[in-house]
Amino acid sequence: MDLLNPEVGTLIWMLIAAGIVFFILVKWGFPVITDMVDKRNEYIDKSLDAAKQANERLAGIQTECDELLKETRAEKARILKEAADRRDEIIAEAENRAKESGEKIIADAREQIRLEKEEALRSLRRQVAELSVQVAERVVLKELSTDDDQLLLIDRMIDDVKTGK
Amino acid sequence: MKRILYILSLLLIAVMPVRAGEPKAEDESVDVKGIIFEHLKDSYHWHILSTNNKEISLYLPVILHSKVSGWHFFMSSKLGHEGSYEGFRIAKEGAYAGRLMEVMPDGTELKPLDLSLTKVALGIIINCLLLCVIVMSTARWYRRHDATEPAPGGFIGLMELVIYMVMDDIIKPSVGKEYKRFAPLLLTMFFFIFLSNLMGLIPIFPAGANVTGNIAVTLSLALVTFFAVNLFGNREYWKEILWPDAPIYLKIPPILPLIETIGIFTKPFALTVRLFANMTAGHSIILTLTCLIFITAKMGPMIGTPMSAISLFFMVFMNFLELLVAYIQAYVFTMLSAMFIGLAHPEHEHKEKKEIEN
Repeated sequence: MDLLNPEVGTLIWMLIAAGIVFFILVKWGFPVITDMVDKRNEYIDKSLDAAKQANERLAGIQTECDELLKETRAEKARILKEAADRRDEIIAEAENRAKESGEKIIADAREQIRLEKEEALRSLRRQVAELSVQVAERVVLKELSTDDDQLLLIDRMIDDVKTGK
Repeated sequence: MKRILYILSLLLIAVMPVRAGEPKAEDESVDVKGIIFEHLKDSYHWHILSTNNKEISLYLPVILHSKVSGWHFFMSSKLGHEGSYEGFRIAKEGAYAGRLMEVMPDGTELKPLDLSLTKVALGIIINCLLLCVIVMSTARWYRRHDATEPAPGGFIGLMELVIYMVMDDIIKPSVGKEYKRFAPLLLTMFFFIFLSNLMGLIPIFPAGANVTGNIAVTLSLALVTFFAVNLFGNREYWKEILWPDAPIYLKIPPILPLIETIGIFTKPFALTVRLFANMTAGHSIILTLTCLIFITAKMGPMIGTPMSAISLFFMVFMNFLELLVAYIQAYVFTMLSAMFIGLAHPEHEHKEKKEIEN
């Protein structure tokens, strides 16, 4: 059957026309497209890698941040605690000092009071003695008539003074 | 569903005038075989359409070289209805039916070298130009854009999709390691066959030549595969043909080498016949269904109208099927070519086999 009979003329036309087109497309057509698409695929792969790395780094930064924050919080707590301690210490010290100085003041005051009391007592005694002497002078002036009485009185007075002391 | 019915009824109306205009030809029977073969076969003119009175055809140049009378150039319009001019005549039957033969003085016919730009040859050129325009315009986009730019959309995106479908589904797994070297050739082959198949399905002038249903065309494509396989086959490939790993008694009377050598030629032969037969069969079925309308139209409107509708339905169905076949045949041809090329580079596999044996 003629349909199954390859015609030489058609074969030649086909080989020439298709040959030229095949040559053009094989040389300048498809390689351009495939090269570019391969390059793009490479670029996409690279971009994906870069994005992955960036994500990883971002996650790293996030954890770093969290850690830093945690550390800072701990530091803050520590400082606060320290400050509180220090405050307590200072207050305690101040209290101690105040107490000490208070006690000292009180002691001084007591000493002063004691001294003044003594002074007062002394001056009182002197006054009493002076008064006594004056009284005695007057008594003596009046009663100095009898010697016996006089001597007895003097003795008694000396005793009085002794016991009074 | 409503829309389908609407379209079908519209198509039916479109069929009516054909039926109405038919009675004058009632005495002639429809020559189905003639119509089908006229469409399947090559011819010296490109029939575009027939009106009631005249036929509109594109007449093509005839180029002949005869051993007896030398070169002849003339337009096919000179052949006329008789189909003869300058001592040449279109053969009615025999091995070269439909081709121009030189009539010898003793009445015998002699086949000249026929380089005429026939319908198929012109179809090849149109398809080639179209393919060139499509691929080069696609390539131009890629040449003008950088890899870092976003992927193209529209037609170029579609082309990229198809190219990479062929690349990833056929070429990479079939050819193997050296796929980059053969990828452009196989892609060109795929697109040429696919485009030609599609063009064969469109019935109006610039398309419509039965290119991939012509055995010379499929033979040329198979020859490309043949040379790609055998020119670039490595030593292992030739060793497997001429001295395969087989018992010595299969090689000393060279039984296996002989079979393998025949195999070199049967592979492209199978490619040739497969594509040719598939496209021819598809076209024949569509043409037969078309003819069915004209045959049943003669049987009167009662049979003609529903049969026309049924034929039309099947024609639409077949056309969709042919679209699928157009793609599948391009796919299969490319895949087999890729596999034959891959088989011609067996070094890698062979080494692996040896390693396993050891």
